[in-house]
Amino acid sequence: MTKLTNLTIAQARDKMAKGEFTALELTEAHITAMQAKRSLGAYITETAEQAREEAKASDLRRQAGQIGALEGIPLGIKDLFCTKGVQTTAASHILEGFKPPYESTVSGKLKAAGSVMLGKLNLDEFAMGSSNMTSYYGKVVNPWKSKSDPAKLLVPGGSSGGSAAAVAARIAMGATGTDTGGSIRQPAAFCGITGIKPTYGRCSRWGIVAFASSLDQAGPMARDVRDCAIMLGSMAGHDAKDSTSAPLPVPNFEAALTGDIRGLKVGIPKEYRPDGLSDEILRVWEQGIEWLKAAGATPVEISLPHTKYALPTYYIVAPAEASSNLARYDGLRFGQRVEGKTLDDMYKKSRAAGFGSEVRRRIMIGTYVLSAGYYDAYYSKAQKVRRLIAEDFTKAFQDVDVILTPTAPSAAFGMDENTDDPVTMWLNDVFTIPTSLAGLPGLSLPAGLNADGLPLGLQLIGRPFDEETVFKVAGVMESAANFTALPEGV
Amino acid sequence: MSLDKKAVRAIAELARIEIPDEDLDHLAGELSGILQFVEQLAEVDTTGIAPMSSVADLTLPLRKDEVTDGGQVAAVLANAPDADDGFFTVPKVVE
Repeated sequence: MTKLTNLTIAQARDKMAKGEFTALELTEAHITAMQAKRSLGAYITETAEQAREEAKASDLRRQAGQIGALEGIPLGIKDLFCTKGVQTTAASHILEGFKPPYESTVSGKLKAAGSVMLGKLNLDEFAMGSSNMTSYYGKVVNPWKSKSDPAKLLVPGGSSGGSAAAVAARIAMGATGTDTGGSIRQPAAFCGITGIKPTYGRCSRWGIVAFASSLDQAGPMARDVRDCAIMLGSMAGHDAKDSTSAPLPVPNFEAALTGDIRGLKVGIPKEYRPDGLSDEILRVWEQGIEWLKAAGATPVEISLPHTKYALPTYYIVAPAEASSNLARYDGLRFGQRVEGKTLDDMYKKSRAAGFGSEVRRRIMIGTYVLSAGYYDAYYSKAQKVRRLIAEDFTKAFQDVDVILTPTAPSAAFGMDENTDDPVTMWLNDVFTIPTSLAGLPGLSLPAGLNADGLPLGLQLIGRPFDEETVFKVAGVMESAANFTALPEGV
Repeated sequence: MSLDKKAVRAIAELARIEIPDEDLDHLAGELSGILQFVEQLAEVDTTGIAPMSSVADLTLPLRKDEVTDGGQVAAVLANAPDADDGFFTVPKVVE
């Protein structure tokens, strides 16, 4: 029999329906695996006891004929989602010990669908990073090893690095992620799993610790396209508590996986070939185009002329919003406090002690670009360029149905690489940030291995609220790619 | 734009983050590097382009003006580092 931890969500769902095993057995297998792989640092908080109780309750519901879409499926929740009564840190010291008195809409919907929470997953502090090295609670290790240097510790990507590592290492069947500039897609690519950032507004942001509110979006990370479609179906939907949540019905995403993409036009943006892009990435991209052609789709070269300005635009808009959102950490209402002589002194000392260096840097940039005298030159300018970037996509989607690009410019890198200069680290998100600025759905799936045996991802971008086409094309690519490689120890 | 120590100190003051003097030089270098990177936006012609603050093409939804929540003092204060008699506490602000 296949190990329970190696099943996909869809397989486990169907087997539990046939009575082959219980939710409690499935959960126990994952708790054992989670505890055996603590060296990955994927979880900040494990909730094994609670998971067992939830699994027992799920088995009782099943006996009573109440079967949710994710009934009895053990999931990990990124530690950016508030979970009632369970510590929620955003991987920051400043929120250490914070136990939300409420549940985020998305994690609540997953619970309502019958899922079981295994614990809270590690991330970059306040979701700011592409390596999961800025967490106060320790780095996350990518379960994949490079062939040429197996001893080298690789990053899982970020910010949803704990989520990606957990799904890849089979210590969660699926996980929630959030994506502000690539935080679901880049770690999914680095860890050889599938993840989708849905259209901005598809999932409620209520109860998710805010980073950049005009960009943040929750999404699923799982072993394959179908599992992402199943999870997103339970996570999405209008929520009156988030004013930017879209009042649209949730389609049956799983039903979109028809396998038929004949006649679809696939945009290939010519600007996504920056100087120095590795041959390995180009080759896997070319391979992806060939797969789609073979399935009856037509590749079309498109132009997204403002692509090179997406990164500088993002690094004004996102820090500006972050500096406003993170003003709430004042040592007063929740989180860590360092006493001071005056109120201002208490604020400054609490925030100095509570924030790590990347978060501090971004708050300061954001504060500067919003400050009197610089607002127009930086913030307002970036908002205008953002519109041009979004319009590039609107124009392109007049001619094509979906866009195919690489997810990241490289495979997972070593923990000691890319750390000297913040701007170099940010280049990881060069292919994912434009989609975020335009609010479009973007999915990353594993497409192959590089020479070192590490996964490489491809990204599919869709029209607003057309995740169905993205899933449909992704399903076809997944079958063609037949990505069966596994990380060490799985 | 290149920031000096004085400018970094002013930004830190606005952001209410205490920064030790010995960190100022390093931060000034980092922040200046970031600003130089983002300043390439100046070459984009944005004449007549309206700033985009959100991709959500929505008018702000309004709900009925009625009480939907409240009366949860204990839950609201449960995470406060220091609370007293139903209130958050702060250092003395009036001399």
